Amino acid sequence: MRPFAYGRPRTIEEATRVVADDGAMAIAGGTNLLDLMKLQVETPEKLADINRIGFGEIEDTQAGGLSLGALATNTATAVHPRVRADYPVLARAILSGATQQLRNKATNGGNLCQRTRCFYFTNVDQPCNKRDPGSGCGAIDGVAKLHAILGTSEQCIATYPGDMAVALSALDASVDIATANGEKRTVPVREFHCLPGDTPWRENVLEEGEIITAITLPPPVGGTQIYRKVRERSSYAFALVSVAAIVEMEDGLFTRADLAFGGLAHKPWHDPRVGEALIGQPPTSETIDRAADILLADARGFGENDFKIPLARRALHAVLEPAAEGAG
Amino acid sequence: MTAHMKQDKPDRSNRLDAMKQGVLGKAIPRIEGLAKVTGTAPYAAEYAVDGCAEGVLATSTITCGKVLSINKDAVLGMPGVIAVIDDPKLITRAAQGTADEAPQQGPKTVCYWGQPIALVVAETFEQARDAAKHLAVEYREEEGVPLDPQAVEPEEQEDETVRQGDLAHAMAKAAHTVDVTYTTKGHASAAMEPHAAIARWDGDKLTVHASLQMLNYNISELADALNMEEVDIRLISRFVGGGFGSKLGISEEVVAAAIAAKELGRPVRVALSRQQVFQCIMRRSETTQRLRLAAGEDGRLIGFGHYALASNLPGETFVEPVLQSSHFLYGGENRELMLEVARVHRMTAGSVRAPGEAVGMPALESAMDVLAEKVGIDAVELRLRNIPDQNPEEDLPFSSHKLAECLKQGAEAFGWDSGLRKPRHSRDGEWWVGTGMASAARVHNIAEARARVTLKADGTALVETDMTDIGTGTYTILAQLAGEMLGLAPDSILVDLGDTRHPRGPGSGGSWGAASTGSAVYVACKAIREEIADKLGVQETDLDLAHGTAASGEALVDLLDGKDIVREGHYEPGDIEDDYTASGFGAFFAQVRVNRFTGETRVDRMLGAFGFGRVLNHKTARSQCLGGITWSIGVALTEALEFDPRDGHLVNCDLAEYHVPVNRDVPDLEVLLVEERDPAASPIQAKGIGELGMCGGAAAIVNAIYNACGARIFDYPMTPERVLAAMPD
Ligand SMILES: Cc1cc2nc3c(=O)[nH]c(=O)nc-3n(C[C@H](O)[C@H](O)[C@H](O)COP(=O)(O)OP(=O)(O)OC[C@H]3O[C@@H](n4cnc5c(N)ncnc54)[C@H](O)[C@@H]3O)c2cc1C
Ligand code: SF4
Repeated sequence: MRPFAYGRPRTIEEATRVVADDGAMAIAGGTNLLDLMKLQVETPEKLADINRIGFGEIEDTQAGGLSLGALATNTATAVHPRVRADYPVLARAILSGATQQLRNKATNGGNLCQRTRCFYFTNVDQPCNKRDPGSGCGAIDGVAKLHAILGTSEQCIATYPGDMAVALSALDASVDIATANGEKRTVPVREFHCLPGDTPWRENVLEEGEIITAITLPPPVGGTQIYRKVRERSSYAFALVSVAAIVEMEDGLFTRADLAFGGLAHKPWHDPRVGEALIGQPPTSETIDRAADILLADARGFGENDFKIPLARRALHAVLEPAAEGAG
Repeated sequence: MTAHMKQDKPDRSNRLDAMKQGVLGKAIPRIEGLAKVTGTAPYAAEYAVDGCAEGVLATSTITCGKVLSINKDAVLGMPGVIAVIDDPKLITRAAQGTADEAPQQGPKTVCYWGQPIALVVAETFEQARDAAKHLAVEYREEEGVPLDPQAVEPEEQEDETVRQGDLAHAMAKAAHTVDVTYTTKGHASAAMEPHAAIARWDGDKLTVHASLQMLNYNISELADALNMEEVDIRLISRFVGGGFGSKLGISEEVVAAAIAAKELGRPVRVALSRQQVFQCIMRRSETTQRLRLAAGEDGRLIGFGHYALASNLPGETFVEPVLQSSHFLYGGENRELMLEVARVHRMTAGSVRAPGEAVGMPALESAMDVLAEKVGIDAVELRLRNIPDQNPEEDLPFSSHKLAECLKQGAEAFGWDSGLRKPRHSRDGEWWVGTGMASAARVHNIAEARARVTLKADGTALVETDMTDIGTGTYTILAQLAGEMLGLAPDSILVDLGDTRHPRGPGSGGSWGAASTGSAVYVACKAIREEIADKLGVQETDLDLAHGTAASGEALVDLLDGKDIVREGHYEPGDIEDDYTASGFGAFFAQVRVNRFTGETRVDRMLGAFGFGRVLNHKTARSQCLGGITWSIGVALTEALEFDPRDGHLVNCDLAEYHVPVNRDVPDLEVLLVEERDPAASPIQAKGIGELGMCGGAAAIVNAIYNACGARIFDYPMTPERVLAAMPD
C-alpha cells in the first residue's frame, strides 16, 4: 500500500471538486477499494471519504418509485420495507452477495462501481490490459473459469461480478450522477456499465469528477420476482451465472418477462429480445429454449468457462419454469 | 528425575480407567478459549516488541531461473526503508514436516513463481510492502520447464510399490470388476492465522515468536539454516491460529526475520500476506488415481489395485502418500499398488491435513460405491464383507479395529436404507435427493515425547512441554490427563506449551500430538504417583487420588510437606510399531441434494462414526471430527487450487476465491464416538483424531450425488459444471 492523503469532504460539491481537480478517488465502504490498494492494483494518491456528504437516505420518489441513496448500505437497502415489498428481486440480489459483514459496510454506489474479480487483474505481477493498458490479457489463455461469454473483446474477457446491478438492470433503474461542474445527470443502469472493447480499463460511464448520488427505481411493476444465483458454495461466492427475472402471466401466457443476467459479461446483461421472445408464449421448455437461443446466439467460451453457455440456458429454465407456476 | 517408558508390547493395564478423579474424557471447554475470544491470547505477530522493524518478502515473478541482480538502491531511497536482504541463507521453501534440517536455501535460484527472493525491511509494514513491490529484479529465465504433471515422465516411489499375486489375472476372471480413474485438485491448508515471526537477538542468543506446529523439529531446521547451535535458539509458539500441516516445518518468514534482526541489530517482524501464505508455503498435490477392484459374486475382493500420481518440485522428498490406508483397509490377495511423482515447477507440495488419505480415501471409497452397484449389494455390506482379519500385505495383526462397529452404528444412527438403491428415487421440487456412505481410515502415528510435570507443594500442578496447541485442545486434554492421574481438578493445573525451553516432543501433526505428548505426561504423572504411594507405604496401583486427597484420607498438600515433586516423563514407542498395524477407522453417511437445473450440490446432513482409541475430551474430540467432516465437504464440492498453465503460478490465492465451505454449506453434522481402548497405540490407549474425520467423507457426498441424480463423476471437486456434464438428461 502506498502512502496517500485522506480527506473528508462535507458536501457533494466539495466531493466532486476534489475528485475532479485533485485527482482524488472516492472511498465509500472501502470493501473493494481497500483490498485493491493493499494489492497495489489501485494506487490513489488521495482518497476522498464521501461518507459524510449525505445521500444515505432511501426515499419515495414523486413518480411512485424509490430513490436509493448512493451511501445507503447494501444491508439497509435490502431490508427496507418498500424494497422488500415492491422490489423483492433487488432485496434477493443484494442478500445473495458477499457476506453480512461486507454488506453492512458496502454502499449502493460502491457496489455499482466494484471492480472485476479476474485473477490476473488482482495480481500486479501478471499482464492485464484493464489494470495496465497494453500489457496483454492474462486470462485469455490462462485460468478463465470466471470469465465472460458475451460481449468480450480481444483485449479483455472479464466479468462485472456484482449481483445488485443485475436486479437493477431487470428493474430498469437509473443512476443519478453529480458532475464535476455542479450539474446532475441520469443514466439508465442498463447503460451504466461498458463493454471492454478497446478500453477495458473503462468499466462504466462515469467521467472524471463524477459521483453517484442515488439509484432511482421506477414505480413497482409487481409480478413474480426472482433472483437466481448459481455458485459453487452457498454463500460468499460470486455468481457463475445469475438471473434476475420479473415475470407475469395471464391465461397461461407470459405478459411480462424482464430479464437480466450476471456472470456472463463485463456488465449486467440485458437483451430486450430475450424477454420479447417470451411474451404471449406459454412457459414451455421450447419457448424458454428459444429465448435462451437468442440470449446465447453470440456466446463464446474460452475453454474453462465454456460451461457457462449451457449453464446460462439451464439457469433460465430454473427461473422461468417455477416462475410460470407461481405466476400462472 | 526422568521416568522413561519404552513401549514394546501392548499395555492392557488401562491404568487411566482405574483413576478416580473422573475428569478424563469429560466434555470440558478449552481452557484457553476465553483468552482467545477476548483477544488476550497473543499470536505470533502480536507481541509488542520495542523498536521492531517490519519485513516483507519480495517474491519472484518468473517460474524458474536465476536472480542476476536486485536494484537495492532504488528502494533504499524510499521512505522508511532500512534494508534489502538477499542473504544466501534465506530459505526459499518451507521445510517439510519432521525434516529436522533446513529446506532449500539460496534466494538467487528460482524454482517456482512467487518464491521468496529477498526481504525488504522498513519502519512500517506498509512501507516495506510498497518497497517490496517496487524492487527491480533482473532475472535469467529458464524457459520451457515442466509445469503440467501429466506431461512429464514420473518417478516411481519404490518403497510404496506392492505386487502380490496377479492382479491382471484376477481382473480377467473376477465376477465383478471396476477399473476407474479419479483426479483430485490441489488443496490449501487455509489456516486462519497467516504465517508470521518476530525475531530478536540478545548477543548470540536468538528468540523467535513464530506460528509453528512442531518446535522440536523447527528448532533444528532453523539452527541448520543459520549455522547455529540449538542451545542458542528459543522458539515460542504459545498460540497457533490453525496449522493443518502448513506450519509443520520452518517457513520462509522465520529464517528471514532471524537474519534481518541480526543484520540490523534490532527486532524484526515478518508477516506473510494471505496471498503469500497461499503461494509460497505448501500445497497438497493434485492427484490422478486409478482404482482396480476385482470381486467375486458375493462382492469379496480377490484383487485390489491402486495407482496414484502426485507432483512436487524437484528435490523435494515428500510425495502425497495417497496409498497409505489402501495398503490395509480391504482384503484381496492379488494386489498392485504404486505411487509415482511428477517433478514440476509449481510451489512446494507438502502436508495438508490428512496427507494421503484426504485424497486417497475419497477415490477408493467412490470406486467401492461403483463396485457395490455392480455386485448389487448394499454399500455398507460390501465394506463389511471386505474387512480383512489382518493386514493383507504384511503378516501383522491390527492393534484394534472399529470399522465394522462404526459402519453398523453409523448406519443405524443415520437411518441408512440398506435396500436396493437406484439413482433419482427421490425429488424435492427442483432438487434430487440422495444418500451415500464411505469408510474412514487414517493410520495411527506416534513418536517419542518428553514432558515435565510438577506437583506443587500447594496442591496444584504444572505441565511443561514444547507441544503446541493449534486450536485443537491440547492445553485442555493435558490438564485433564494430569488431573486424572494426580487427583486434581483441571483448573488447578497450569499447562505451559509451545516453548523450546520445555522438554520436547514431536509437536502437532499427523494427529500424533495427543497420544505422544499425552503419553509423556502420563509417564511423568505415574512416577509422581509412585513417589506419593511410597510416602503412604502402598503400591502405586493401590493409590486412589481424587480432589487432592488420597482415599486413605491424607491430603496431598500434607503429604508433600512443603516440597514439590518434579518428574520428567519420557515416552518412546519402542518396537510395538513393528508388531501391529494401527489405524483409526470410521464411517461417513451423507444426504445431499442436487439441483436438476444447475447441478449445484448442497449437503443436507452428514454423520460420522469414529473409533480412535480413548476419547480424552468428548468436546474437543467431537470438534475435531466436525472440522474433519467440514473439510470433506470442501474436498467433495469446492476446494481446488488453480494454476496458470503458462507459468505455474497459483491464481486463486485468497479466501474469496479458494472456496472452503462456509457456514451455510455445513448442515447439522452428527458425530458418533465409538469408544475403544487400543492397547498397542499408546499407554493412554488413545490414537489420533485430528485427521480421521476427513479421510473418506468426500466420497460419501459424491456417492450421494450419484444416488441423487445419477451423475457418476470422477473428478474432484464436484462443481456444478462437472455435475451437469455427467448428469443424465
Ligand atoms: C470477499 C468479497 C466477496 C464479495 N462478494 C460479492 C458478491 O457475491 N456479490 C456482489 O455483488 N458483491 C460482492 N462483493 C463486493 C461488494 O459488494 C463490494 O465490495 C461493495 O459493494 C463495494 O461497496 P463499497 O461502498 O465498499 O465501495 P468502495 O470499496 O468504497 O468503492 C468501490 C469503488 O467504487 C467507487 N465509488 C464508491 N462510491 C462511489 C460513488 N458514490 N460514486 C462514484 N464512485 C464511487 C470507489 O471510488 C471505488 O472505485 C464482495 C466483496 C468481497 C470483498
Ligand atoms: S480479462 Fe480483463 S481484467 Fe482479466 S487479465 Fe484480461 S484484461 Fe485483465
